Amino acid sequence: MDFELTTEQTMLRDTVRSVLARHYTHEHRAQVIGTDPGWDPQVWSTFAEIGLLGLTISAEDGGMGAGPIETMLVLEELGRVLAPEPVLDCALLPGALISRAGSQLQRKQILPEVASGERRIVFAHGEPGLRPVTAQVTTQATLVGDGWQVSGRKHPVAWGDCADQLIVSAALPDGGTGLFLIEPTDSGVTVAGYRTHDGRRGADLTFDRATAVPLGAAVDAGDAIADIIVTAQAALGAEAIGAMSQALRLTTEYLSTRKQFGVPLRSFQTLTQRAADMYVSLELARSMSLYASMSLADGVADPVVAARAKLRIGRSGRHIGQEAIQMHGGIGMTAEYPVGHYTARLTAIEHTLGDSGDHLRYLAGHVADHQLAEI
Amino acid sequence: MQLALTEDELAFRDELRAFFRREIPADIRNRARHMAELSKDDIVTTQRILHAHGLAVPHWPVEWGGRDWTPIQRHLWHDEMQLASVPEPLTFNTNMIGPVIAHFGSPEMKQRFLPATANLDIWWCQGFSEPDAGSDLASLRTVAVRDGDHYVINGQKTWTTAAQSADWMFCLARTDPDAPKKQAGISMLLFPLDTPGVTVRPIELIDGGFEVNEVFLENVRVPADQLVGTENHGWTYAKFLLGNERTGIAAVGQTKVRLWLAKEYAKQTPLDTGTLLDDPVFAARIAELENELLALELVQMRVVAGSADGAPNPVSSILKLRGTELQQAVTELLVDIAGPDSLAREGDTGDWARRSTATYLNYRKTSIYGGSNEVQRSIIASTILGL
Repeated sequence: MDFELTTEQTMLRDTVRSVLARHYTHEHRAQVIGTDPGWDPQVWSTFAEIGLLGLTISAEDGGMGAGPIETMLVLEELGRVLAPEPVLDCALLPGALISRAGSQLQRKQILPEVASGERRIVFAHGEPGLRPVTAQVTTQATLVGDGWQVSGRKHPVAWGDCADQLIVSAALPDGGTGLFLIEPTDSGVTVAGYRTHDGRRGADLTFDRATAVPLGAAVDAGDAIADIIVTAQAALGAEAIGAMSQALRLTTEYLSTRKQFGVPLRSFQTLTQRAADMYVSLELARSMSLYASMSLADGVADPVVAARAKLRIGRSGRHIGQEAIQMHGGIGMTAEYPVGHYTARLTAIEHTLGDSGDHLRYLAGHVADHQLAEI
Repeated sequence: MQLALTEDELAFRDELRAFFRREIPADIRNRARHMAELSKDDIVTTQRILHAHGLAVPHWPVEWGGRDWTPIQRHLWHDEMQLASVPEPLTFNTNMIGPVIAHFGSPEMKQRFLPATANLDIWWCQGFSEPDAGSDLASLRTVAVRDGDHYVINGQKTWTTAAQSADWMFCLARTDPDAPKKQAGISMLLFPLDTPGVTVRPIELIDGGFEVNEVFLENVRVPADQLVGTENHGWTYAKFLLGNERTGIAAVGQTKVRLWLAKEYAKQTPLDTGTLLDDPVFAARIAELENELLALELVQMRVVAGSADGAPNPVSSILKLRGTELQQAVTELLVDIAGPDSLAREGDTGDWARRSTATYLNYRKTSIYGGSNEVQRSIIASTILGL
């Protein structure tokens, strides 16, 4: 039972924090997300240089060989400034998936380019009506001659509009779910990109007999997919912690500086008591984020742990996001002021990879299985 | 970072787990588990068994029965005790006055009181709150005037828990009415409750129980050698004592056991189809509570793991606030499971459903005592958030 960071982990966190502080003011972010590609290529290169994009890729495949704790630290920093760079979606997740399921040749060819930021890959898994996220996909893979084709629809796909390559989950002819590499420029792929409410990008992808290459062998990758989802849920949770802590900081600053009736807002207990509740929410969520990432670091990719963490983080994100706006009053409603953007991102995170209701339903289905809920 | 316990810690935990179940009488643990009323004898018996095995006051200095455990070991001890439904050593003795005497008392005072306090030969009660001094404790008005080699105390205490079972009181009284700050003129005095001039009047609570009292003090003569530490330094000792009060107050283990109990009861509660435990609405309520409790347990682990270097972790401030909210939530849940069976107050007192309402009403106290939850929020706002 040890919650201390190592010296290296502290250095990593501080480095990421200072890089982000150099690049991201609220104004710069607004300008970046308002123009294509929706993130800052210069920041992306810097991330590649300091090793963030290959953070969890093994050293022999061109990465840093770090683990879930480092991922948690980086994502929390990204969340703090709402950095739009698709570190998780276009580098860490596909990197982990290829490391896990890819052939040796694919790992050698692809992973160094992921780590260097030259090749952005997204994992297209979600489908309209696919709840929970681990349900069987309907996108279908078919063997035609000695090649594979994939048909179906993937939506929403985060950053699906800016990928150089796609990893698509599809049902295999003999059962199970396979993973396939598909080029977005293939004539069988239609990409309908859009902006999201949290200032990011997504896409609705349609596949009509798109040419597909199996990632590794064309065998069931259900376990790999389940584990990657748990990893992604933990990472998103950490990003939410960064966003929540910043939303709370903005709120307490505002309560201290904004005057009404001739006094700072912090003179009103009705506000300070609620700010204290926001802090309680944040620390409960932070504890669950630590739980999720530390469990992964112990080698346990447990969907129950992920559901527990994401449920609590979802509840806290909603509470803190709503209260942050309310306690700012009118200014919190404006696009020009940062606080509402945190609420928008927290809302998006809650509804990615299972929302609080989904996770509660899952946990409720298991309450009779145990006497005590144990860590 | 490491979530798991070490091999040594696991062995330590397992030993305690077995000890509590083996050595503490099953009937006492069973009463505690089912929230039946515990007798004074149950509590004394348990504490004496614990003390005989060095498990009543592990956090005290070693020469007075302490064990010099790590914060993690202490946490495991406390947690396992709750999970086994062992009535905890009397907090007034082991967490309040004992550590104060061990820290601030004279050698004679330590010798006189600490062994008896650890073994519950003396049952202490806390004479702090007064009718006009609740959350604002420093405005207390009970006075103690020096008269030769005695102090003479006059005033009134209230909310004195278990005064009817108690042998002695540790009491805050004003010894310098002219002190520049109201905190500065307060002293801590010790006296037996059978001293002439002490009158205990029980206060009936909304659950029908009698656990708190008014204590009237009329010309109570206390020998001067029963003053703790130095005259007019009582506020320092009180703050030290209340700091100890906070650490175990979350009662995560106890609430866990009650949630388990709730599931057992729900399983025995038939609905049109299946049992209450099969109902998705009820299951969701349980799942959410289990999750809230787990989150709080993790907060507690962060505090415990981080307290080795002595600096208090600010996050510990949420333990009391959230811990008592969850204690209340689970007692609410039990009444809801009991439904109409919760209405009768008298009759079969062995029936958990009849007791559930009393427990629920009784537990409304938890967000009031030990610094009300509003005070906790004010502390968080001012000391952590800088508001």
